[in-house]
Amino acid sequence: MQLDYTEEQQAFRAEARQWLAAHVPAEPLPSYDTEEGFQRHREWEAVLHRGRWTMVTWPGDLGGRGSSLVEWLIFEEEYYRAGAPKRVNMNGICLLGPTLMEYGSEAQKARILPKMASGEEIWAQAWSEPNAGSDMAAIRSRAARQGDTYVINGQKIWSTRAVWADWCFGMFRTDPDSQRHHGLTFILVPLDTPGVTVRPIPQLDGLPGFAEIFFDDVEVPVANRLGEEGAGWRVAMATAGFERGLMLRAPARFQETARRLVELYRENRASADRDPAIRDAVLRAYLDAEAYCLATYQTACRLDQGGKIGPESSTNKIFWSELDQAMCGTAMRILGARAELLPHAPAAAGVGTWLDDFLFAQSGPIYAGSNEIQRNIIAERMLGMPR
Amino acid sequence: MDFTFTDEQCLFRDAARDFLRGEIKTQRIRESWNTDSGRDTALWRQLAEIGLTGVTVPEAHGGLGLDELDFVQLAQECGYVALPEPLVNCALVAVPLLVAVGDELAAHWLPKVAAGEARVIAGLAQDPLVEDAHVADLLLYGEGGNLYALQPDEYALVRSESVDPSRRLFRVTPNPGVAAVLDGAQAEPLLAAGFERGALGCAAQALGLAQRMLDMSVEYTAQREQFGRPIGSFQAVKHHLADVAVALEYARAPVYRAACSLARGDPRAPLHVAHAKLAACDAASLAATKSIQVHGAMGYTWEVDLHIFMKKAWALAGSWGDAASHKARIAEAVLDDGAPLGAGATF
Ligand SMILES: Cc1cc2nc3c(=O)[nH]c(=O)nc-3n(C[C@H](O)[C@H](O)[C@H](O)COP(=O)(O)OP(=O)(O)OC[C@H]3O[C@@H](n4cnc5c(N)ncnc54)[C@H](O)[C@@H]3O)c2cc1C
Repeated sequence: MQLDYTEEQQAFRAEARQWLAAHVPAEPLPSYDTEEGFQRHREWEAVLHRGRWTMVTWPGDLGGRGSSLVEWLIFEEEYYRAGAPKRVNMNGICLLGPTLMEYGSEAQKARILPKMASGEEIWAQAWSEPNAGSDMAAIRSRAARQGDTYVINGQKIWSTRAVWADWCFGMFRTDPDSQRHHGLTFILVPLDTPGVTVRPIPQLDGLPGFAEIFFDDVEVPVANRLGEEGAGWRVAMATAGFERGLMLRAPARFQETARRLVELYRENRASADRDPAIRDAVLRAYLDAEAYCLATYQTACRLDQGGKIGPESSTNKIFWSELDQAMCGTAMRILGARAELLPHAPAAAGVGTWLDDFLFAQSGPIYAGSNEIQRNIIAERMLGMPR
Repeated sequence: MDFTFTDEQCLFRDAARDFLRGEIKTQRIRESWNTDSGRDTALWRQLAEIGLTGVTVPEAHGGLGLDELDFVQLAQECGYVALPEPLVNCALVAVPLLVAVGDELAAHWLPKVAAGEARVIAGLAQDPLVEDAHVADLLLYGEGGNLYALQPDEYALVRSESVDPSRRLFRVTPNPGVAAVLDGAQAEPLLAAGFERGALGCAAQALGLAQRMLDMSVEYTAQREQFGRPIGSFQAVKHHLADVAVALEYARAPVYRAACSLARGDPRAPLHVAHAKLAACDAASLAATKSIQVHGAMGYTWEVDLHIFMKKAWALAGSWGDAASHKARIAEAVLDDGAPLGAGATF
């Protein structure tokens, strides 16, 4: 055990810091859940791509740097420190990208990954259906094979950023007689295909951060299938698998939230200290963000050395989402009567972005496999408790 | 950056684990409750035979010359079996103190520790009572900023009984006129470092205790049936134990980091130890609460072994600095202006 950065790692950090200082927009971009904001974030992805920072762990020929996971963690630290924009193509680079590298044909990789890396094509996930939420195996949307084409009918829901995205990926039932997780196939669909209708769904903040997608005799070539027909469940589980889980939420994100929370507490100390529970919650936030960072580094080092990830990784989704919720809730308690104010309200001085953060934090324990489902997985697969 | 243990460290841990799990059955612990000292000299010698008492003793004095980082996983294993012998105190606190004091005192006692011929115990007065002072062949005792090296005829003991029958706690009163080996500015850094090691030892044992209670609960709930099925198949029971697994998962890395910081002399070690102690003792307390719940009335009995581990966990939470004192250290480091916080400030 050696918890110091090597010279190369320090040089990597310095390079990232320097580049970010020169390129991060001075003013925050508009929300990517608006049309203009989406476009601006897409442009930012292109800037990142030109600097070869889109996904540092990707190989060089895909615009990455072949970096280790530890270097990726370092990059994320610099990224959040620099206050750089949110990543509009997270579903592509963190979820579909790695799955493609594992299951995609050479032609698919060549066709998809470069445009994903450059932000030219933004991806949305299309798993959930009105009757298939936590129970994803209840998917009913159909993809009927007709020669070299799949004809898709059905409905997906809660598809993040689908409103302005270019493509979606998800699972469809190719075998009409199949049950549960059998007979499902992983298919990639351009959202401008005739028969696709995207209906925006406003989220808690009123912006259309996700959407319903209706498929009405949508024809896509069989070449858009990822993995074998009927093997969709296995491919999808890889997407949901740990390394992606690890990459979805870097510790840096929560450490920055914890830092902001400590600062908010300092600024409002006199009023906050009237409730000793607030101080305690602030300390807890710092410690838990630190613990998440430490545990992630530990895992990253193990994986970098060729280790394999086990079901214990399900603990991470629970930990970060509940940490985030607790931190944002503490900020609201510190802000007291100002907490409800929208940032542009005349009386909202000093509220920062906490309200937005708080609203979004409420969704953390729901998306990416609800925390109840994660607890089931921990109990059954990690602890081996009876089903 | 390498946050993994070496193969050697893991092999040593596995050997210690095999020995401890093989030898320290709960029946043996229960038998020790009925003896005068509660301690077992034969067991101490066995621990010495497999090298455990001498782990931190320098090679020149017959030990293995290893450090906090090498020992931390062993302390975890001691917690897992609720080892009554004062191995963690001796190897992690007393021996490094002796090494730091040096001179004849160290030269005389260190080989005896490595050989299993003596127990050296540290009591550094951050707790009012000293555990296992009654079996100390040499007691390193901190009081009033001074460090004493006391032999059994140089102090008086008054026992205070603990809820954990394995714990033997004493108020120590050095005889009048006994001189300190170090005082003031010389003693201060040693006492401070000893305190951090004691707290780390608690944290590591708490990890082991939490894991043990979790394992016992998983096993029990797989066997116990109600409503015609194992209670472990009920989701409420699963979620209780999943919560323990999460807490434990995020307590480990802070404990290992604290061990590494102590071994490397990192100036932020006190902050890291405070985090480790809080996280690990919280995980163990949660494990106790959830484990007794899923055991039902069985968990509330003297007969079922769970209480051996619960009681030790409860006791450790207040030892070597209670939660309030460790939290106060963190508050000082974190809430004041200028503290390094945020992304990239961890290492
Ligand atoms: C912000 C946000 C973004 C999202 N983005 C996407 C996206 O891009 N693509 C996509 O496909 N989906 C997306 N989702 C949908 C998300 O995956 C689902 O919301 C999630 O899987 C839960 O499904 P549900 O909403 O139907 O809730 P339900 O499944 O109806 O669950 C409701 C409650 O019941 C609990 N519950 C259900 N089953 C069990 C059980 N077996 N045991 C214990 N408790 C149970 C759940 O934990 C939850 O608390 C998003 C959701 C949110 C909130």
